[in-house]
Amino acid sequence: VGAFDALMQGFATAATPINLLWSLIGVTLGTLIGLLPGIGPALTIALLLPVTRKLDPTGAFIMFAGLYYGAMYGSSTTSILLNTPGESGSIVTALEGNKMARKGRGAAALATAAIGSFVAGTLGTLALTLLAPIFVKFALLFGPAEYFALMVLAFTTVTSVLGASKLRGAVALLLGLAFGLVGTDILTGQPRLVFGLPSMLRGIDIVVVAVGLFAVGEALYMASRRDLRSAEVLPIKGSLFMTREEWSRSWKPWLRGTAIGFPFGALPAGGTEIPTFLSYFAEKKLAKNPEEFGHGAIEGVAGPEAANNAAVAGVLVPLLTLGLPTSATAAILLAAFEQYNLQPGPQLFQNSGDLVWGLIASLYIGNVMLLVLNLPLAGMWVRLLSIPQSLLYAGILIFSTLGVYSLSNSVFDLVLLWIVGLVGFLMRRYDYPVAPAIIGLILGPLAEAQFRRALTISQGDPSVFITHPLSLFLLLAAFCVVAGPAAYGRLKRRKPI
Amino acid sequence: MLRRKFVSVALVSGMTAALGLGARAAENLRIIVPAEPGGLWDSLGRSIAEAMNASGSKNVAAENVAGEGGLAGLAQLVNQERGNGNLLMVMGPNMLATSLMRQSPFSIAQATPIARVIGDYEVLVVQANSSIRSLADLIPVLKDDAGRATIAGGAPGSTDHILSGLMVKAAGGDVSRLNYVPLPSTGEILAAVIGGYAAIGVGSYSEWAPAIASGKLRVLGISSPEKLEGVDAPTLKEQGLDVVLASWHGVVAPPGIDEASKQTLISAVEEAVKSDAWQAYRSEKKWTNSYLAGDDFAKQLEAENALTTDILRDVGLLN
Repeated sequence: VGAFDALMQGFATAATPINLLWSLIGVTLGTLIGLLPGIGPALTIALLLPVTRKLDPTGAFIMFAGLYYGAMYGSSTTSILLNTPGESGSIVTALEGNKMARKGRGAAALATAAIGSFVAGTLGTLALTLLAPIFVKFALLFGPAEYFALMVLAFTTVTSVLGASKLRGAVALLLGLAFGLVGTDILTGQPRLVFGLPSMLRGIDIVVVAVGLFAVGEALYMASRRDLRSAEVLPIKGSLFMTREEWSRSWKPWLRGTAIGFPFGALPAGGTEIPTFLSYFAEKKLAKNPEEFGHGAIEGVAGPEAANNAAVAGVLVPLLTLGLPTSATAAILLAAFEQYNLQPGPQLFQNSGDLVWGLIASLYIGNVMLLVLNLPLAGMWVRLLSIPQSLLYAGILIFSTLGVYSLSNSVFDLVLLWIVGLVGFLMRRYDYPVAPAIIGLILGPLAEAQFRRALTISQGDPSVFITHPLSLFLLLAAFCVVAGPAAYGRLKRRKPI
Repeated sequence: MLRRKFVSVALVSGMTAALGLGARAAENLRIIVPAEPGGLWDSLGRSIAEAMNASGSKNVAAENVAGEGGLAGLAQLVNQERGNGNLLMVMGPNMLATSLMRQSPFSIAQATPIARVIGDYEVLVVQANSSIRSLADLIPVLKDDAGRATIAGGAPGSTDHILSGLMVKAAGGDVSRLNYVPLPSTGEILAAVIGGYAAIGVGSYSEWAPAIASGKLRVLGISSPEKLEGVDAPTLKEQGLDVVLASWHGVVAPPGIDEASKQTLISAVEEAVKSDAWQAYRSEKKWTNSYLAGDDFAKQLEAENALTTDILRDVGLLN
């Protein structure tokens, strides 16, 4: 096949020593920026653009791609060990990952995240190589009505994190939805619930809330307990890396996470957060021991981590085939293409085949490098946890404050972080789950935006949601997820009669 | 703290020489980009910074202060940086509309205008195989039932939105029926048009040029007064829709800076836009030159602000 030969040619391009060096620089930088909440791949690539102007484009793109993948690897590390997600795509990882870390399985959590990311990155790249045109067609089927239906489906995943009390879970969800209303009305540009504070106009940042609820709330809660010094956190328990059982529990979630994440990345408004929710939900539903979720189930790390990396691969599909950027990072990459006078789209594969296939080949190589870089590091990172608890939590507070400040150098964000942290502390103290609040905050504004866009386009006719086949299908799927188990339970109870 | 330094450059341009001023370069200058990386303001701010560094100024760097449709950057400029002569911010007409619509306590009128730098025009695009073959197919729809034509563009109140309103008005239709869908990025607008759930896309020519070159879109018209060189599209005006709309982007400095700092910034920007590096960026990004400095730019800003207020009222976005 032509594509295969071209790919082999690409490997020849990517495997030159200088390009391997660019790839190594990219993945290392990416891992580092992933660790900090504030600095993302988009900003880093923007800063590097002028430096790379004189560089050969193939080398530059190989570095950028490594950086993009690397950021996803790095942010899982802080999620798992410090309960402080570095990027919004790894918020879900903190749910189970941090619990695992406290039980002494931190290294295993990091390993399953790294290997899952590797599997997803590699399979995602494979799908990019072979199936890009099909996924682009699929992605373009999504209009606002379809997105809204998809959000409804994603909302059902909240049921998996509600916790023991449905009422408390629902309260947390509503809190998140309320946070999500703050900001500027998307259709009219009017300020909404900003209480006269100009800084509130942009809405409440997801990363600020996630770090506040998870890291600050947790640290305050630990500080409020008298037995902090005696609280037991095992850095390592049992074998350092994954046990045979952990392997067998991880590989299916990796594959499912990839299958969920990749198409989402290809969607123009897909993002990396929603596929992680869906993957977490799917893993909890399919797990042999669902009760382990919430206490450090490895499936809950393996699936979402695969999903966010697969989504990153998916983002490259519309970018390379249509020149359609679906994330801030993709928009910067598009600017980089322009800088080299390259036109993404079908012509790119014809006119600059060397570059494209070199880039794709370097994605495979970058994934191997990330794995090699991150697996040995896992053993080192996890020793962070042997720091005495009081120092560790003080460190987490400093780290999360610094990270949030670096988001937009805004003092307001810091005030917000600590208010949210206090809310997080109260929620933990009175046993309200925090995950539903995050889901509400992420999905609420997205669902609202798509709902209102769909109704604007249809001029107020609500039937669009059921007359579009794909939208109808997604809504029915959501209905089955919610009503299915109850109906099934009823049927089962009737049987004996 | 570093003190401002004025470095005289031996090469003196004719105009500044006539005014008795030497061309001055800036040092340790920050340029606020009031948006996320990846958009027009971002590439403009970074290009200006590089062109300044290439034309005598030293250590000029762009920095993103994203949020609130640009108002976060504006707030920082007029609120926290008063009197700072080593700071610039990228801005454009969208910022005027945003600060009006969101009742922001900060406005561009508080800043010190330095220069308008680039100009751009708006294009109207449809899918390559759209049933709307030309503007002649669209005008009757806008006139009789504007709601039937879904138009996707940028944020509410943006130049895209204003153009859409002006088109309905010029066609003799009911502006309140305008069916405008604001989307957060050029990528999503593009997807809306190619995916077919918005009939028409509106955006600035420079941002859309790559997508147009891909062959998936057809340009219905451009909002320039005359046909543009190198652009294969008729103007809206020559197709019977009397709408001409130019967008522009420039830089402003914080309020309360002294006259000497202001002149230094103006001549540093002027040196930058005269540099070869800048010409290269301009042709790469398809920006037209619309350099206008100091008080002339200030007058234009004032006029533009009044015009924006009127148009936003007409389109029903302001009371």
